[in-house]
Amino acid sequence: MMTLQQQNISDNNFESCIKCTICTVYCPVTAVNPDYPGPKQAGPDGERYRLKKPFFYDEALKYCLNCKRCEVSCPNNVKIGDIIQAARIKYSTHKPSLRDSMLADTDRMGSIATRMAPLVNFTLGLKPVKLIMDKVLKIDDRRTFPKYSPIRFETWYKKEAAQTQEAFTKKVSYFHGCYVNYNYPQLGKDLLTVLNALGYGVRLLEKEKCCGVAKIANRCIDQATRDAVFNLKYIGQAVDEGDEVLLTSSTCCFTIRDEYPHLLHLDNHDVRDHVMLATRFIYHVLDEGKAKIAFKEDYKKKVAYHVPCHMEKLGWTIYSTSLLKMIPGVEFINLDSHCCGIAGTYGFKKENYDYSQGIGEPLFRQILDSGCDFVACDCETCKWQIEMSTQVPVLNPVSVLAEAIDIEKTRQLNA
Amino acid sequence: MKFDNIIIGGGLSGLVAAIESQRAGKRTAIVSAGQSALHFWSGAFEFLGGSGPHPVIDNPLGEAQKLPPSHPYQKIGVKRTQQLLEKVPGILADAGIKVEGTLSRNHYRLTPLGFLKPAWLSLDDYFMIDSPDNLKDKKYSIVNIEGYIDFYPRFLAHGLLQHGAKCEVTAVDIPALAPLRKSTTEMRATNISRFLRDDAVDALARNVNAASSGADAVIMPAVLGMFSDAPVQRLRSGVDRPVYFIATTPASVPGVRCQLSLRDCFTRMGGTFMPGDTVVKGDIEGHRLRRIYTYNFGDMPLEADNFVICTGSFFGHGLIANIDRIYEPIFGLDLNVEGGRTEWYDTNFYAPQPYMAYGVVTDQEFRPSLHGETVENLYATGALLAGFNALKEGSGAGITLATALHAASRII
Repeated sequence: MMTLQQQNISDNNFESCIKCTICTVYCPVTAVNPDYPGPKQAGPDGERYRLKKPFFYDEALKYCLNCKRCEVSCPNNVKIGDIIQAARIKYSTHKPSLRDSMLADTDRMGSIATRMAPLVNFTLGLKPVKLIMDKVLKIDDRRTFPKYSPIRFETWYKKEAAQTQEAFTKKVSYFHGCYVNYNYPQLGKDLLTVLNALGYGVRLLEKEKCCGVAKIANRCIDQATRDAVFNLKYIGQAVDEGDEVLLTSSTCCFTIRDEYPHLLHLDNHDVRDHVMLATRFIYHVLDEGKAKIAFKEDYKKKVAYHVPCHMEKLGWTIYSTSLLKMIPGVEFINLDSHCCGIAGTYGFKKENYDYSQGIGEPLFRQILDSGCDFVACDCETCKWQIEMSTQVPVLNPVSVLAEAIDIEKTRQLNA
Repeated sequence: MKFDNIIIGGGLSGLVAAIESQRAGKRTAIVSAGQSALHFWSGAFEFLGGSGPHPVIDNPLGEAQKLPPSHPYQKIGVKRTQQLLEKVPGILADAGIKVEGTLSRNHYRLTPLGFLKPAWLSLDDYFMIDSPDNLKDKKYSIVNIEGYIDFYPRFLAHGLLQHGAKCEVTAVDIPALAPLRKSTTEMRATNISRFLRDDAVDALARNVNAASSGADAVIMPAVLGMFSDAPVQRLRSGVDRPVYFIATTPASVPGVRCQLSLRDCFTRMGGTFMPGDTVVKGDIEGHRLRRIYTYNFGDMPLEADNFVICTGSFFGHGLIANIDRIYEPIFGLDLNVEGGRTEWYDTNFYAPQPYMAYGVVTDQEFRPSLHGETVENLYATGALLAGFNALKEGSGAGITLATALHAASRII
């Protein structure tokens, strides 16, 4: 029986907030930006007023970087981050600027840029170009841009890998996302290396678009919804064929699993459990004894693991860290779970740059003090931020596995 | 995924049980749904202090002997309870939390509203005295941060005056706090603590010195040192007389520090802390809990040899009350709830409320039961347990810690 109390709780459960302000303690923005009202005020507190009158909407909510650390800390399971993002979508009267649309449209920018990658990479590194982008577009000139790849992952896959993957009897699907496709195909190749050795073939979805996280953050909601519906169709196809759909980006994964239903109001319940990080899948097959893994004897590295915010929210850190700890030659360092500050396109914006670096500062210091050979991390934008701010290289755990695995031995174990 | 021991709940009880388990070399994980009641911490732990006009001071252990046999202290045995609890200051010290006090005699702490209440342990920088008589003719300077509204110096002054102490009430400001003043709603203890570090603490110390000349000691709100106690030490060494802190309205700055210090202590030893996840169900087969399922882990369960459930009472969602029933939400464990809703409470607000003593019923070893049958590898601790009114007894922390250490001793 539904009780009266249950019927009185709205979808975003702001009524469950007891005003304890614990969320504000763990908010990375509150720590550096006094103009941000803090998650309690911006979320459940403000929601009461906004329901009365949209007039009470505060544009300072744009400072929220949607890390969801407020939700992880909330003792009452209030969806604070969702309330704030939903309010931005519903009430903000500011149209996304040209810059915001450009930053958000990763597919379009990626398609153009990969065609002329060397030129784009060169140009985006030029001081005068950066200055113009800074002045005209308000993209901060201190920010280093991720490099574009001359060959897209999809193109490489079709040409070099598609056929061999079909030969495997056990298969999974891979949602590679924009970053692997346009910037860093090597990560996708690394996933194939690891999964193939474990005895799994990797297929791509028939089609995919950007997961939409950048469009949601920049409030291009119609486009985000169109892309999400598109993705769910092709993810659904793969799941119907019995595939798990793996990702190598914690943010894309989180967006498809949780932001689609919570912020875009799309029903994904039939596929949600099958959309997961590759490290979760790999851990699972090893843990269940469905596959075995062998590592190179001479692989010796000091690895510091950084927990991306959406990884913290997914609660799956242990899969990635457990895999890294399995490698005999790895000296493992656990970094404090602390936002790096970039939050996707957030840190590229001129008005956010200083806050972004301020948020990440304790993390950067810890990384530099750790003496690690590299940082391992499941998020590409954390990678850009950490590499730019510390000069320490950052590798996805899947790439670490690909480097450390004894391919021949592993293949034989799983033959 | 398999562990030796899994602790459900990441508050004081769960953290202490987990630390002891991990220390013994057991592979231990904590599943924690949101931050814990430690964020509301007063800075003191009670063992058995009583309440109202007749507090227990001189012989709390002797008083514990008079409790009914169903009480957790009696179930453990008062002597063993004492042995277990004597480990607590050391466990806290390992995590970097310094406390003072003894089980043989309670001291007095000063509440935010100016009352003296008995306590077993207090943070070493908190206001604590052996007897109200010690207050006679003492001069205190109560120094607030200007504009900070979650601290009530006049109540404190009034309370201290009842015992013959004299108080001056002042407030100080430093330029470093200017950014916070953009919005009055942001003048909160935890926000203030972010700004009170490094040089700002020295500036604060100078102003406190100027405001407190002639006083024997300074009393301040606990707004320093959220992530480390370095700012507290810096202030105390910069102020030219003793400084004592008083709890503020939540979130509690020393509570956050205590939570994070204990968690760090656990993870440094190799423990696994899973934040922001909720255990949704478990498989109990042959009187044993085999595995639990969580929201985040979905269809991949967590297995362990032993489990400890430290999910708290109503406040921690260890118990849920609806219009028509009270239940333990994960496993549906047996409770001591009797009667319908109108019997759960007394209309006299100050009377002992029946619901305060509700919780899971257990055997002598604190193993709960399901449909009358004991779950052999599951232990319950702290506020989730039935059979005591922590508020009236002044016994919450003592029971939490004693039962946690008892459970730990059974799973290592």
